Amino acid sequence: MSLLQVKGVSMFFGGLAAISDVSFDIQKGDILGLIGPNGAGKTTMFNVVNGFYAPSRGEVFFKGKKISGLKPHQICKLGVARTFQVVKPLQRMSVLDNVIASAYLRVNNRGEAEDIAREKIKFTGLHDDVNVISKGLPLGKRKKLEIARALATQPEMLMLDESFAGLNPAELDESIEIIRKIKERGITIMIIEHHMKVIMAISDRIVVLSYGQKLAEGTPNEIGNNPLVVEAYLGEAESA
Amino acid sequence: MTSVQIEVFLQTLIAGLLLGGLYALIGLGMTLIMGVMKIINLAHGELMMVAMYIAYWMFVLFHIDPYLSIFIATPILFLIGIALQKFLINPVLKVESILPENQVILTVGIGMVLANLATLFFKSDYRSTPVDYATNAFYLSDFWKTSPIELSLSVPWTVSFVFAVIITISLWFFLAKTDTGKSIRATAQDTDAALLMGVNVKLMRVVTFGIGAGLVGAAGCLFLPIYYLFPSLGGQFTLIAFVITILGGLGSTIGAIIGGLILGVFESMTATYVGMGWAPVGRFVIFVVCLIFLPGGVASILKRKRLGK
Amino acid sequence: MKRYLPLIILAILAVLPVIGLSTYMMHILILVIMWSVIGMSWNLLGGYCGQVSFGHAAYFGVGAYTAGVLYSKFDLSPWWGLPLCVVVVALFSLVLGFIVLRLRGPFFALATLASGEVMRITAENWVDFTGGTMGILIQRRTWVEKTWYFYIILIIAALTFFMIKKLVESKLGYYFVAIREDQDAAESLGINTTLYKTIALCISGVITGIAGAFYTNYMGYIDPHVVFALHDISIITIMIVMVGGVATFWGPYVGALIMVLLAEYIRSIPGLGAAHQTFFGILLIVIIIFLPNGIVGDFQKLKRLVGLRRASG
Repeated sequence: MSLLQVKGVSMFFGGLAAISDVSFDIQKGDILGLIGPNGAGKTTMFNVVNGFYAPSRGEVFFKGKKISGLKPHQICKLGVARTFQVVKPLQRMSVLDNVIASAYLRVNNRGEAEDIAREKIKFTGLHDDVNVISKGLPLGKRKKLEIARALATQPEMLMLDESFAGLNPAELDESIEIIRKIKERGITIMIIEHHMKVIMAISDRIVVLSYGQKLAEGTPNEIGNNPLVVEAYLGEAESA
Repeated sequence: MTSVQIEVFLQTLIAGLLLGGLYALIGLGMTLIMGVMKIINLAHGELMMVAMYIAYWMFVLFHIDPYLSIFIATPILFLIGIALQKFLINPVLKVESILPENQVILTVGIGMVLANLATLFFKSDYRSTPVDYATNAFYLSDFWKTSPIELSLSVPWTVSFVFAVIITISLWFFLAKTDTGKSIRATAQDTDAALLMGVNVKLMRVVTFGIGAGLVGAAGCLFLPIYYLFPSLGGQFTLIAFVITILGGLGSTIGAIIGGLILGVFESMTATYVGMGWAPVGRFVIFVVCLIFLPGGVASILKRKRLGK
Repeated sequence: MKRYLPLIILAILAVLPVIGLSTYMMHILILVIMWSVIGMSWNLLGGYCGQVSFGHAAYFGVGAYTAGVLYSKFDLSPWWGLPLCVVVVALFSLVLGFIVLRLRGPFFALATLASGEVMRITAENWVDFTGGTMGILIQRRTWVEKTWYFYIILIIAALTFFMIKKLVESKLGYYFVAIREDQDAAESLGINTTLYKTIALCISGVITGIAGAFYTNYMGYIDPHVVFALHDISIITIMIVMVGGVATFWGPYVGALIMVLLAEYIRSIPGLGAAHQTFFGILLIVIIIFLPNGIVGDFQKLKRLVGLRRASG
């Protein structure tokens, strides 16, 4: 069964189309990679699914329920959580408080919220930094905090916006491990990533966007052998 | 409508447009500052008050006409603006604090000090500037003997309006054609990009605050022949400037001009048809309606037109 | 010890009238406590939830006029204004919140400032209902001496303190701070930012409104210029919290104490009384530049600064 369906979504900003007529489905339990050159409309697509933008045209369904047009907090409550490309930690709160704030989505008392939060913090490997004020965290840990925070809302689907950008190789491996573990828990993942190796290794399916349009869709193998994609994206990446 | 009603309506409209032209000048200064620095200058009206006192004393002590004082008060205000930006506002931009609104609160503090000092030095008396053309007016019947209706145009109001238009055009020319003007616009549009393009953003901020203060200083001189002067008049003009900025669209200069005219006409209409005391309420009604129905202000309509959408 | 500090302070304050303070001292104490209440309410909205209001005079005034109009129009005791203004101000906050909470940051600040001014102008012009600029005079004062007024405002302050403390430590408090730190992040983490900002605004408005209703009873006279004052209410409220410490429990108390004493002190100096706003303005500027988190929030920094001065002097 497809968990998320994006149907004919277009998003205009003052006459310019950031996304035009894009459709794809995500199967429950899958990892879907969203790739494309800069400005292809990936983050805009996240913002549409997550509810920051109501699409100019088209609809988005989650578990068969139409979610386009809902507010981000409503969509999050339904089970879709996201991280941000430009990390947005609650700066003056500790790591623990950051995660507690999102854990409160499903529980009302402090004890339960803290239990959830501690578990997610351990899961993402931040347990040594529980009491650090999040503003002081290095980038790699802030990216993990984003993931921990999103997980604390206990989502069915997680959207990761460039959670690997700017990480060193060791951190990269850790993060890939974290994502594998999230998948094992049955959480569906949609991920934007520039690291081609990573995306090819972890994705079940890949959607390629270019100038707001869907260029191709398929398994990592199919995408790797698609001449259109190689020309538009991979070639560019290699030459760069 | 009877001819009397038409007369009243047209007279109100004219008064509103004249007022609107002056409002636009006040709004322009604030919108420039907001565009470049993303902060609201809540001492804007107080700066105008300072300029008005300068022009007032120039008139009383040296018999310099308020319109001539534009050339004195505007440079002084420009320097005051630069000093405020450099020594008070810039340091606060660097201070780490919980509330980003600190800069706004800072300008409140500046406004408080200015208004209070004016009260201390000049007492809270209402002063008017006895220029000898204060009550002169042009009459429609002077030009058109058989006119069915009578309209009048106050001389100081008209002169002030013309000056406001000239200053506005010069500002437009400055922003559109000079290097400094272009740098200011670049900074307003995208600070990071402007930095990359080699614009001295820090200097532009200081200059912009100076220009904003200078503009409102000029507006003060234009208001002096037609308005009472008292130390606490700043607050209401700060609000006017802010309403215009919202109405016009944040940081949009054309929007500020149109916004100023709309506000002037609307206030004038409220005063005529609802009651004098309610004119300030009319101001806020426009403000609220604009916030709810036109969050981008007039600028957003213009933008849509331009893109053909 | 620290846990019981609020109770200890409360107990000390409660016995103060018994030891026989002068009427003037009682008046100052009442003012300090009243301003602490207003400061706390502003702090909830501004300090914790990050919505900086420049228009708390609107709530103060609506509360004050609720009590005043009950007396002048309905011939009831203005004390009924205290419970009634909970409803009136809550409704007022809902309407106002619907408009101003669409805005963020400085624009919210300015819209609230405008709302305070609109209320003042309305009160001035709606003569039939409010009495216009003549104001409302309460002729039958309940008590002549200050003791009971003191206890009433003390109870209001104590309740406010404990309520806000509970609130800030609860889920609501987490949500408020999350909204302050990053509205987009909060929204995407499932926090209905509009709802929680409205809640913060309502609670804050109602508490300030109650203080306003108390003011009517205590002073016995209100007019639009006094209760809807931009500088003397809205800005002073901000100053109290800024001076004391934004987003701290004790900040509003410290701030209220300093501001009320300072105001009284400046007024008592011959020839300087009229200049109190200059002093306040300069104090505000100095605080923002050097102690942006207030005396409580930047206490360590303050100690360091003072220590340095001693060492170098």
